[in-house]
Amino acid sequence: MDPLILSRIQFGANISFHILFPTITIALGWVLLFFKFAYNRTGNDAWMQAYFTWVKVFALSFALGVVSGVTMSFQFGTNWPGYMETVGNIAGPLLAYEILTAFFLEAVFLGIMLFGFRRVSNGMHTLATFLVAFGTTMSAFWILALNSWMQTPAGFEMRDGVAHATDWWAVVFNPSFPWRLIHMLIASGLTVAFLIAAFSALRYLLGDRAASMRKALATGVVIGAVLIPVQIFVGDLHGLNTLEHQPQKVAAMEANWQTRANVPLVLFAIPDEEARENRFEVAIPGGASLILKHSLDGVVPGLDDYIGDHPPVFAVFWAFRIMVGTGLLMLVVSWAAAWCLWRGRELPRPLLWLMVPMGLSGWVATLAGWYTTEIGRQPWLVTGVLKTADAVGPVSGSHVGFTLAAYLALYAVLLVVYLGVLVHLARKAVAEGDPEPAPAAADRALSQPAQPAE
Amino acid sequence: MGFDWPSALPLIFAGLMGLSILIYVVLDGFDLGVGILFAAAADHEKDTMIGTIGPFWDANETWLVLAAGLLLVAFPLAHGVILTALYMPVFAMLVGLILRGVAFDFRAKVPVHRKGRWNVLFFAGSLIAALSQGYMLGVYVLGLREGVGAIGFGFLVALCLAAAYTAMGAAWLIYKTEGALQEKAVGWLRSALVLTVLGMGAVSLATPLASPRIFDKWFAFPAMLWLAPLPLVTAGLFLLLWRRSAVLPHPQDRYALLPFCTLTVIFALGFAGLAYSFYPYVVPEKLTIWQAAAAPESLAIILAGTLFVLPVIIFYSIYAYRVFGGKATDLSYD
Repeated sequence: MDPLILSRIQFGANISFHILFPTITIALGWVLLFFKFAYNRTGNDAWMQAYFTWVKVFALSFALGVVSGVTMSFQFGTNWPGYMETVGNIAGPLLAYEILTAFFLEAVFLGIMLFGFRRVSNGMHTLATFLVAFGTTMSAFWILALNSWMQTPAGFEMRDGVAHATDWWAVVFNPSFPWRLIHMLIASGLTVAFLIAAFSALRYLLGDRAASMRKALATGVVIGAVLIPVQIFVGDLHGLNTLEHQPQKVAAMEANWQTRANVPLVLFAIPDEEARENRFEVAIPGGASLILKHSLDGVVPGLDDYIGDHPPVFAVFWAFRIMVGTGLLMLVVSWAAAWCLWRGRELPRPLLWLMVPMGLSGWVATLAGWYTTEIGRQPWLVTGVLKTADAVGPVSGSHVGFTLAAYLALYAVLLVVYLGVLVHLARKAVAEGDPEPAPAAADRALSQPAQPAE
Repeated sequence: MGFDWPSALPLIFAGLMGLSILIYVVLDGFDLGVGILFAAAADHEKDTMIGTIGPFWDANETWLVLAAGLLLVAFPLAHGVILTALYMPVFAMLVGLILRGVAFDFRAKVPVHRKGRWNVLFFAGSLIAALSQGYMLGVYVLGLREGVGAIGFGFLVALCLAAAYTAMGAAWLIYKTEGALQEKAVGWLRSALVLTVLGMGAVSLATPLASPRIFDKWFAFPAMLWLAPLPLVTAGLFLLLWRRSAVLPHPQDRYALLPFCTLTVIFALGFAGLAYSFYPYVVPEKLTIWQAAAAPESLAIILAGTLFVLPVIIFYSIYAYRVFGGKATDLSYD
């Protein structure tokens, strides 16, 4: 098979698997810091119990994020040598700063955060938690700067076919970067909020009524309910930014085949790229014009302006709809749960049962969003600078096919085990309670990797 | 004559990359070695062994990311050539590192009856990662040559590097444990040393024989004189380690760190030898560090950050090692 397609699927599979875990750790670090602050302020053990339970999830997610991230850093070279050859002068420093300012910080202080509670002062342990959270966020900052630069390159010039930076400030703060960064950080917050809520809901359904469970549940529900409207607003602004800088992507997201006024908002359709039209279209007249141009007769760019130079429509159209649909579902569920908590009621069981699978809603929406923006950049790897097809390496299709199959199998197994461990941790917490904090009494490792009884 | 930044920068980055590879090999070397030793350890010792590397392995693996990252950012052309040539061993190494990293966490969090299977995967992942790194070293030393001979030599170096890591792991256990496990670790160290010596010898002989250029660098007159200490000191250190380890563990636990330090120096000497051989090439006989380097202005901006951040990283890494200093005999981390 074609090494280009296989390499794309392989990198797509790797980065999809990878992003699941940073999406958790970026925000979970800050949630852990919140638990730690709440414990420091109130002295209530329940907060520290919540901390110890979720620090295990953090450790697990972090490990999966590290190993899949290392894989990606090598795949730049093994599969996409043309990428670094062309834009290495830009991508290199951004990646280097990510390693230097984020990776080491996270990795070193993670050890203290996990195992150091009894070895360092409480203040130092809080500082370590902060530095880990800060490190994960710095990592997001640099990698999103690079990704956004690939979407909307700025601050560079081409010399002999190689990109050279002319203005680093413009490179980092390129036009789409601020929106993409905020959108992703909030996505991470939502993913963690729904994961914590789901984990706690599962414990509740299994009969757990511990104070630490309730505190975590409320934390998850409140973060989710607060962030989701903000995210919808920011997503809209991000979309308008994309319309300005990558109109062909928005045209594909809306499956709008012609530049015209009164563009309908397509709710459902099967975009047919051969015939360049939508089948089975269900649409709200003037909807897309209204959203994108704030006027029913606003002219919206269509795909006919970009024939041969626009992304595949079907995938972008549907990925976008899955993201928005999941977001709306998150709005309904988190507000319903927040309303119950606000009224001081126990959450109704049907809602709790719904919240458990919604624990993965953040993953679904994040992946769908990334598919929208990344497939939406095609056929370019770096918009206007380098086409994906020109970056692929000389490795044979059979080699890539073999490694792709192996990665897919490995990732499938790891994902199943990861989710299985989360359920196991929830059941164990129900049966045995959360790990006791009481620094004077706990004569054991404070996180699980070194415990014999686990 | 003024200082010539454009030609100095690639050299500085080659040095930085070499330094991070060396730090990686020493630090993750003992992690991987401990993983390989899982095969020889009893079940009740495994948690202690994990305890000796638990707080460190993540940061240790980050040095590999830095090394690969520096190759990627400072020598983008070489990164592409080397990694496409080593496509399959890199893949094997990554699978190994994935298995090792996740097994480390999963073994402690899955239901108890499944722990054994993750112990096996922890061992397998560590071994695969060590073997594939050795294989890559072997093929690289032969100038990324293809063919049966290169593959065979790759496998030989693979075995020897795995043995060297095992020796590092055993030396680390001697430092971090006591009692029966420490005694066992001494035995492991001595067995692994034999293959380590063989491996270093094989690489030292093959490197000059594979390339006339490298042969001339080593076996020309005055160079031979001032290079002679390199193999001689290495041999002396091996001998010292062999004799010292025979009387370990010491009743008052003296010299517990000696095997680890000695091996580190041996690794550094071996590494210096390789660096001397291949300089100025980053892709053997094909691309020099100057031909493969990124644009000077990009290197300069990375260097500015590196000079500021690297000392901080080293400082807080040392802090973390101090926090978790001492014996990791039982599993309580107070």
